[in-house]
Amino acid sequence: MTGAPKIQIRRVARSFGAAAALAEVDLDVAERELVCILGPSGCGKSTLLNIVAGFLAPTTGAVLVDGRAVTGPGPERGVVFQEYALFPWLTVTGNVEFGPLLQSRPAGERRRIVDRYLDLVGLRAHASKFPVQLSGGMKQRVAIARALANDPAIVLMDEPFGALDAQTRETLQDELARIQRVEHKTILFVTHSIREAVYLADRVVVMTSVPGRIKQIFPIKLPEARDRFAPEFTQYESDITRVVKEEVAKVRE
Amino acid sequence: MSRAAALAGALVLWAAITLGNRWLGVVNPVLLPTPLEAGAVALELGRSGELLRHVLTSLGRVAQGFGLAAVAALGLGLLVGLCVPLRLMAEPVIEFVRPIPPLAFLPMFLVWFGLGEASKVAFIGYTTFFPMFVAIAASVLRVDVVLLRAAASLGASRADLVRRVMLPAALPGIVVALRVGVGLALFVIVGAEFMGADAGLGYLIMDGRMFFNPAQIVMGALALGLLGSLINTLLLVAERRLLHGRAAS
Repeated sequence: MTGAPKIQIRRVARSFGAAAALAEVDLDVAERELVCILGPSGCGKSTLLNIVAGFLAPTTGAVLVDGRAVTGPGPERGVVFQEYALFPWLTVTGNVEFGPLLQSRPAGERRRIVDRYLDLVGLRAHASKFPVQLSGGMKQRVAIARALANDPAIVLMDEPFGALDAQTRETLQDELARIQRVEHKTILFVTHSIREAVYLADRVVVMTSVPGRIKQIFPIKLPEARDRFAPEFTQYESDITRVVKEEVAKVRE
Repeated sequence: MSRAAALAGALVLWAAITLGNRWLGVVNPVLLPTPLEAGAVALELGRSGELLRHVLTSLGRVAQGFGLAAVAALGLGLLVGLCVPLRLMAEPVIEFVRPIPPLAFLPMFLVWFGLGEASKVAFIGYTTFFPMFVAIAASVLRVDVVLLRAAASLGASRADLVRRVMLPAALPGIVVALRVGVGLALFVIVGAEFMGADAGLGYLIMDGRMFFNPAQIVMGALALGLLGSLINTLLLVAERRLLHGRAAS
């Protein structure tokens, strides 16, 4: 299986009415790779993620997963949303076992799955709470556990930490990096935080301003456990910042 | 505790006004029955079992009319909420029919269904159907698309989406719609029983007018108020049970 890209984005473009949001994006994501998509707001990076998720159809082009064209959402592509999207009528346990329940897994197995993923995100003690009783950071941990409990090969994350405060944000980045070292998913991660992208990604894809296309790709050659204050880290940050700033400036013009 | 005090206060005020009128002779005392007089009517009708019969008759009509309307509103509300072409067809019709005061159609129901039970049940059903139907369809339409996306990306089929996401997400709105429907049914039962009825609280009130017995009119109205608030309290408890956990606690 190694060698063939897990996700192939082939000349994908999308417009809404007359307005082009995305202009011909080509991108391959390898199995177990974590790719961050970075760009000014409104550059179509969430549109691209929604197309890969199957929520939106591309106007032209196609997305292939394991060589097969994406035609709609599917359980092999888990999604984590910025707004958490937890089911408010279900407890933490109910949310996490939603996917396994749809697959008609027996109760004992579901319990083991829930326990495992709640342990992974450190929320075992909150299993019987409802989403309204949780903080934003806890909600997003539940959402991550819910996506992983379905055992998708691919996880798509749409600015998942964007609504969190800076402290919680870094904690969750640490947790995601740790989880990825255990789970080895193929992850497409949309963010507007350069620091977050450098911290998490194997490659950072910088998009142009609208209509979005790929401007530059930065492979991040840093060790697995990253130090946000290492000189190499800050070097990547400033290199990428320079490229992003050109695009932000274009939006202002 | 403060609720009881407020109710006691209202009772005292009522007594003060009616007894004061009796004392000062502003209007004919028969026109302003005192709490005691209304109580005496209640006691008399209660003892003979008449009051219970009227209450049960009204409740039976409310239950049947509301029940039929609720089933129809649930079925059609969900259908219209889920199916776009149906919604586009239904919307203009609803927008035209809905603002017509239901009472305008009461004579029509008497023409169609006669003076018996059917006209009353049908009228209550008609009155309560539209608000419930519109509210239920709206609560299905309001379901957050991101929840549907989340479920779909967890492998939910279309049937799963309806059963496991749409319905539970719309449930709070559906429950409120049903509660409003019950309240409305209690509201219009009186009107329905003003014409061609031989039992029910509305009939009792009309009977009080015919035989010039204002105490009986007041007693009938109070019985309706008591019944309404009792049912509303029960429904609120049921609603809290049903939706427990979702609201902040």
